[in-house]
Amino acid sequence: MANPFSIHKSTENGLSVLALEGYLDAHTAPEFEKTVQGEFEAGRVKMVVECSRLSYISSAGLGVFMSFIEEIREAGGDIKICGLAPKVFQVFDILGFSALFDIVPDLPAAVQRFQDAPVKET
Amino acid sequence: MAWERSFALHVPSSTENLAMIRDFMKSVGTQAGLGDMDVARLELAVDEACANVMEHAYQDDQSQEVKIRAIVDDSAVQIEVIDTGKGFDPTTVEQLKLKELVSAKRTGGLGMRLMKSFMDEVHYEVQPGVKNELKMVKKLKKETPLEKETP
Repeated sequence: MANPFSIHKSTENGLSVLALEGYLDAHTAPEFEKTVQGEFEAGRVKMVVECSRLSYISSAGLGVFMSFIEEIREAGGDIKICGLAPKVFQVFDILGFSALFDIVPDLPAAVQRFQDAPVKET
Repeated sequence: MAWERSFALHVPSSTENLAMIRDFMKSVGTQAGLGDMDVARLELAVDEACANVMEHAYQDDQSQEVKIRAIVDDSAVQIEVIDTGKGFDPTTVEQLKLKELVSAKRTGGLGMRLMKSFMDEVHYEVQPGVKNELKMVKKLKKETPLEKETP
């Protein structure tokens, strides 16, 4: 059985946009981790993770956000998260990610948030 | 108890089978009459339990088998996740605050936190060398107000 998951990379106003699609679980999280690692190592530390086509996330996927965020912020960047469907948002929210990450409705809002608050104050 | 139905799924211990496990739980939850949001919570809780077994109890040994049993009656869905691997009790994982986990560069414990948040009961029984069993209960009730929340 397939665990469909894919990441589409693009740039928007100098930001690195990672659009996630499908199911982000313990099987597919390594791919996401590799992608974020690649962006970080390339110096692209201002990232928007666009989730409007993300159907599912488990703790393995959430762990990727957590494991990189300090290094990314120390390098002057941030991860802004946008486009979460209610079913996916409830997972972020119940664990308190709303306090740790900027979670905004859509890509334009994420771009704006980078202008207003380049790094979330926690 | 008016009636009871039992369903079971056995899969090789590999994370590629998590999708199959979620599909199974979706069918069970829907047939039990849970709403969409609660079905999603059930899928996630069982995914987390099974991912823990695959990673910790069986340490990615794909020759092993994860067993999931679901018992549905008119009041609840009861889940049993059974393994015969190294007894790993996820309920003993230290529950640090999110910020502390980030600072410590640790992501452990998030799965258990989700299971406890999304299920009504979570218990773990270890019989060393015999079997380890994680039992979870989702009561059948109306959806919580969280249903209507959006980002």
